[in-house]
Parts: sequence; structure tokens; C-alpha cells
Amino acid sequence: MKSINIEFEDIIGRYLNINVDNTNYRIYVEEAGQGIPLLCLHTAGSDGRQFRHILNDQKITKNFRVIAFDLPWHGKSNPPEDYELKDYKLTTSLYKKIIMSFCENYKLNEPVIMGCSMGGRVVLHLALEQSNYFKAVIALEGSDKLEPYYDLDWLYRPDIHGGLIQSAFVSSQIAPQSPDKFRHETLWHYMQGGPGIFKGDLYFYWHDGDFDDRSGLIDTSKCPVYLLSGEYDCSCTPERTLATASRIKGAKATIIPGIGHFPMSENPELFKSYIYPILDEILK
Amino acid sequence: MQSIETWIVKINSNKRLIEKGRWVNLTFTFGIGQNDYLLEIIEGKVISTTKRTILTRSGTFKIHGEKIVWEKHWLNIPPRDYHDIFAMLAKKLIIIDGDLTPFMQNLQYFKDLIASNRQSIK
Repeated sequence: MKSINIEFEDIIGRYLNINVDNTNYRIYVEEAGQGIPLLCLHTAGSDGRQFRHILNDQKITKNFRVIAFDLPWHGKSNPPEDYELKDYKLTTSLYKKIIMSFCENYKLNEPVIMGCSMGGRVVLHLALEQSNYFKAVIALEGSDKLEPYYDLDWLYRPDIHGGLIQSAFVSSQIAPQSPDKFRHETLWHYMQGGPGIFKGDLYFYWHDGDFDDRSGLIDTSKCPVYLLSGEYDCSCTPERTLATASRIKGAKATIIPGIGHFPMSENPELFKSYIYPILDEILK
Repeated sequence: MQSIETWIVKINSNKRLIEKGRWVNLTFTFGIGQNDYLLEIIEGKVISTTKRTILTRSGTFKIHGEKIVWEKHWLNIPPRDYHDIFAMLAKKLIIIDGDLTPFMQNLQYFKDLIASNRQSIK
């Protein structure tokens, strides 16, 4: 047989099992690098593939152990047994418990946590409630509150293709300048979401996860908070991010020109030029 | 801003767009300021464009925006809030009304059809 050099990426994928509220979840996780754990949380209706450019960046992985897991019901993480008995709805409580259970089972010590969109919301909750545990939080396209602007029922009904409508909805949140290949890769993840899962995630993002009444309680001297949002994000707009930052004393907010709601996957090189200085600051 | 006729030629010469809209058979109203146009679509192709003069002819749904709004949407690189009809909807820059089911069933097709009037899109 002819010998071929296989060019593997640095990313390793595997599964672990966690238990939350007496329910077992089989979680798919990818990681690369060594050093300070950098736990990455994907957006609503997508999965950890969004972070492949961060996982594969050796400038980052030489100092950070980058970890991205798929939430249950997303990507390669199965829904739990008996999922068919009720519609999926992500609550604030379940979301936080899954993250903390993952961290405990994965034996992460003082991780940095970086989440995008709904992940950017939950990290604010964690900055307040787990300030002694997390070294810093980075909210990508993060805000403490949003006003819904469309009817979520369109996302989950039998006469509309779920994958296509999810992709078409979020295509509005990608900047026109973002490279086509990454735009369509980002949209592909949305086309692959399970029925009703994006809608169920938005229950947290648009309703249950509101945090504007508590964001002012975050102590950034214990847990630094960074907010990074894209100019073209029409969901978590720059105004909403800046309003959130204004409520968190000591939070550092930056608006990235020419990028949208999925900075790490829609325009990875541009995003990296903004995330490197933040990671450098955390390292110091 | 290019003429409606030029836009329709662009739509009908875009094979991929027609392919994506092959299940679309309806007439919808596209409004630019004071002017409404009825676009009749058969299997993704625009087969007629009529200036709306009879108000009882409304089409299945209507998408309306001011002329300046569409001009910004149709720039090669539209500014934020004008880059996509859902972003424009969120900012209340356009109005969408009527039976939205076929619109939602073919959302990316309609987004691409409208955006195809951008000068950079062939």
C-alpha cells in the first residue's frame, strides 16, 4: 500500500457523560492546546464546530487549552433518553447546571469561559454567580437583554423546513464583508440543527435568560468581563452590548467593524485580531 | 438605483436563484416609496411585473420600504441595518404584511431575489 502522510488537525474529539438533575447526558467535546483552559460555548441552534479556527490556532493553543463542547440536543451530543416526550426548551437553570457539571467532570481549574450569543449571555450569569471559579469571562455578541423581533413559531412547524428557515433567519446576522466560504459554513451548522432546538434555545436567549436587573452586581475585580460584538449584528446590536457594558463596572467592550453575530466562524482572521489582545491581557 | 426591468432580467438570468425558488408560484407586492409593483412568480421565475394601480390586487404578501432604504440595501456593501431584509425588519425600516407562510417557506430565496438588485451581484 502506498504510504501517505496524513495531515491531521490539532483538534481531538471525544465523549464524556455527565448527570444533571438525575438525567444523563452524553456530551461531545473537542479540545486542543495546553495551558489555561479556555472553554468555548456555541450560539443558539449551532454547535462547537463554530470554534474550529480557535482550536486550530497555535498562537492561542500554545498558552490555552481550548475546549468546545456541544450542548445536549446539539451537534454530536445526543438529547437525553425520553427527549421525545416533550418539546425542548433551554432554561437558565439547566444551561448553567450543564456548564458547571461539564467543568467539574472535565476537571477544569480556573477556566476562562468565552460564549457567543446565548453563550455570551450565560457567561454574564456565571461572572456573577461563579466569580471565584472563572478566571475571566468573554461575551461574544453578548448582552444582558434583547427585545425579540420575530415570531419563534416559524422555526418549528411541519410546513416549513426547519434547517432552511434557521439558516435563512440567521443569514441576516452575518456581515456582507465576511468571506463566502465561512458564511456558508456558518449557515450549514444551522441547517443541521434538530427540529425545534434553535427555537428552544431562544427561550433562554430572548426570555428566561434576561439579566439586565443583575448585571450591575458583577464584580469585575474578581472576574474580569470582556464584551466583543460585531457592527453588523442585528440581534445583539452594538448598542445593546454597550448598554450592557455600561451596567457592569469595569467591563471592557469593543465593537468589531465589518463583522456580524458569528465572529469566530464567519470571519476568523478578523476576529482573531481582536481576541489575541484580550487573551494576552488574561495571560499577564 | 437600477430600474425594475433591469432587476427582473438579473433575477431571471440567475440559474441558482431560479433553482432555489422552483416551488414558488405566487404574486407578491414589492413597494418602493409611493410605488407598488406586483411581481408574478412561476417556478421561481418572475414572469410579469405590473405597477399596482388597482388596490384590490395585493398579492399573497407585501414587502414595502422607502426608496432611500432600498437604495442603501442595494449598495455593493450595504451599511449595517440595511444589509438584509430581516435586519431592516428589526429596525422597522421595512414592512412585511399578508400571508407570510410561502414567504417563510422560501425565505432565503426571497432574500436573495431582493438583494439581487445589488450592482455587484450578477
